[in-house]
Amino acid sequence: MKKELIKYAVFALCILLAPLVFSGNYLMNVLVFVGIHTMLAVALNLLLGYAGQISLGHAAFFGLGAYGSGILSTTYNWNPWLAMTVVALVVGGLAFAIGFPILKLKGHYLAMATLGMGIIVYIVFNEWVAITGGPSGFSGIPNLELGPLVFDSDLKNYYLVWSFVLGCVLLSVNLANSRIGRAFRAIHDAEVAARVMGVNARLLKVQVFALSAMICAIAGSLYAHVMTFVAPPSFGFNISVELLTMVVIGGLGSIYGSFLGALLLTLLPEFLRFMHDYDIVFYGGLLMVMTIFMPGGLVRGIPDLFRKITGLKNKKGGAHA
Amino acid sequence: MLELQGITQIFGGVTALNDVSFSIHADQITGVIGPNGAGKTTLFNIVTGIYQQTRGQVIFEGSDISGIPVERLAAKGMVRTFQNIELFGQMTVLENVMVGLHSKSKSGLFACSFKAPWAITEERRIREEAHEWLRFVGIEQLADVQASNLPFGKGRMLEIARAMACKPRLILMDEPAAGLNSQETVGLAELIRKIRDLGVTVVLVEHDMELVMDICDRIVVLNLGQKLAEGTPREIQDNPEVIAAYLGDDE
Repeated sequence: MKKELIKYAVFALCILLAPLVFSGNYLMNVLVFVGIHTMLAVALNLLLGYAGQISLGHAAFFGLGAYGSGILSTTYNWNPWLAMTVVALVVGGLAFAIGFPILKLKGHYLAMATLGMGIIVYIVFNEWVAITGGPSGFSGIPNLELGPLVFDSDLKNYYLVWSFVLGCVLLSVNLANSRIGRAFRAIHDAEVAARVMGVNARLLKVQVFALSAMICAIAGSLYAHVMTFVAPPSFGFNISVELLTMVVIGGLGSIYGSFLGALLLTLLPEFLRFMHDYDIVFYGGLLMVMTIFMPGGLVRGIPDLFRKITGLKNKKGGAHA
Repeated sequence: MLELQGITQIFGGVTALNDVSFSIHADQITGVIGPNGAGKTTLFNIVTGIYQQTRGQVIFEGSDISGIPVERLAAKGMVRTFQNIELFGQMTVLENVMVGLHSKSKSGLFACSFKAPWAITEERRIREEAHEWLRFVGIEQLADVQASNLPFGKGRMLEIARAMACKPRLILMDEPAAGLNSQETVGLAELIRKIRDLGVTVVLVEHDMELVMDICDRIVVLNLGQKLAEGTPREIQDNPEVIAAYLGDDE
């Protein structure tokens, strides 16, 4: 328990001080995206890494959050904070409702069902032009405000987004180390045995699906207010796959791993700009190398690599959160 | 305690169990034995809610539990272990037992995320009780080992500790001695007696005759999906029909 607290404190401190080291609007802007991606990856990791249920449609919840907040606060002039809260609850409720039939499925079938869900939502964003603006996007979304403070600069947005990320990480770490988190992992390892122990696998899967969707929706709302503009391609199938990649690369079942995955996959395209269209080749190669040599993800692979280099015998491996 | 009334199970065209009835008495160790294919495991899966029987009723402490979802049986006081131990491999030994306490704790998703005071208190209690159960089966020194790294015999002990953490009134064990060496089997027999002495009723399906004859208070014999005999170990050993079923007839 103490160890978890120290890990979190170090993480929070690094986040807080990062703007002193890295400056410039461009970099701040990239780091805002790292934050939003971290939230999404943590959300998906709760579902995939802990409860062992795949989703290929998580970008849909992200998009629903973004469009929901955007439309309510712009077209209907709602207070953005109120819009964000209402949208998160509605998306959570929606996920809860579709979770019951969908999470009965396992493995490939669950992947297909969530994929279908993602595509349906994407089509709605694209085709319901009167409400969403269709393919040309939805603009004029107001920035968030807190009293006299308007979140309109990259630095302000950095602190806005990252305070949400820190909250989300803290709650997720708490959850992961609780009886509920253990029940998720038990379902993942041996579902029948978990049920014999009194774990209501069906309900817990739906609950974690809804929670995960809610976090994505909040990330979507933040995205909308930070960007002030949203368009369908940001919430398509490839984004869902990218999220999945972040979770796997970072480390399944590790909250901080999701941060590493989000960091790497958000920064990498920026550094690969010089390769123009060939960056995708490098990207693909990296993924292959990573999955072959670090199947446990960065969060387990890096310490292993370090131990190998320093020649130390490892005493105990594997962190849970 | 537990009563089976006319249990029949038909898989496709195969009748796995045909009108099996018997009852399990409280505070006893009951063994269910029979040659391969007798229907022991099927019966077990019906009692523990994993299969739904074609006909018949399972009465546990006066109420019909047929068709109740598996996850609700733990709270009712019934728990089982598996023939091919089903541990939560990626979790530590201690965490496995902590999952066993799931039905005896109730902090929800939000209480756990926000670390509500009652959730913290409960978590501490879960951890302490889990340690006690590890001590009970004698593997406390392995608390921090990842469960998938346990040798088979220790895994079996862990599974029993995890089941006992549910504080059951009835524990069903599916071939607990399978895969154990003779020394481990002796330890198991001792442990099963210790469980009965706590006031927990034990039912075991078992192939190890020595173990069954040694520890069981009563024995039920199944053969070809039907009940062949029931009685004390002495009665069963002297029953000509049982001997015929196991060793074959002379005719």
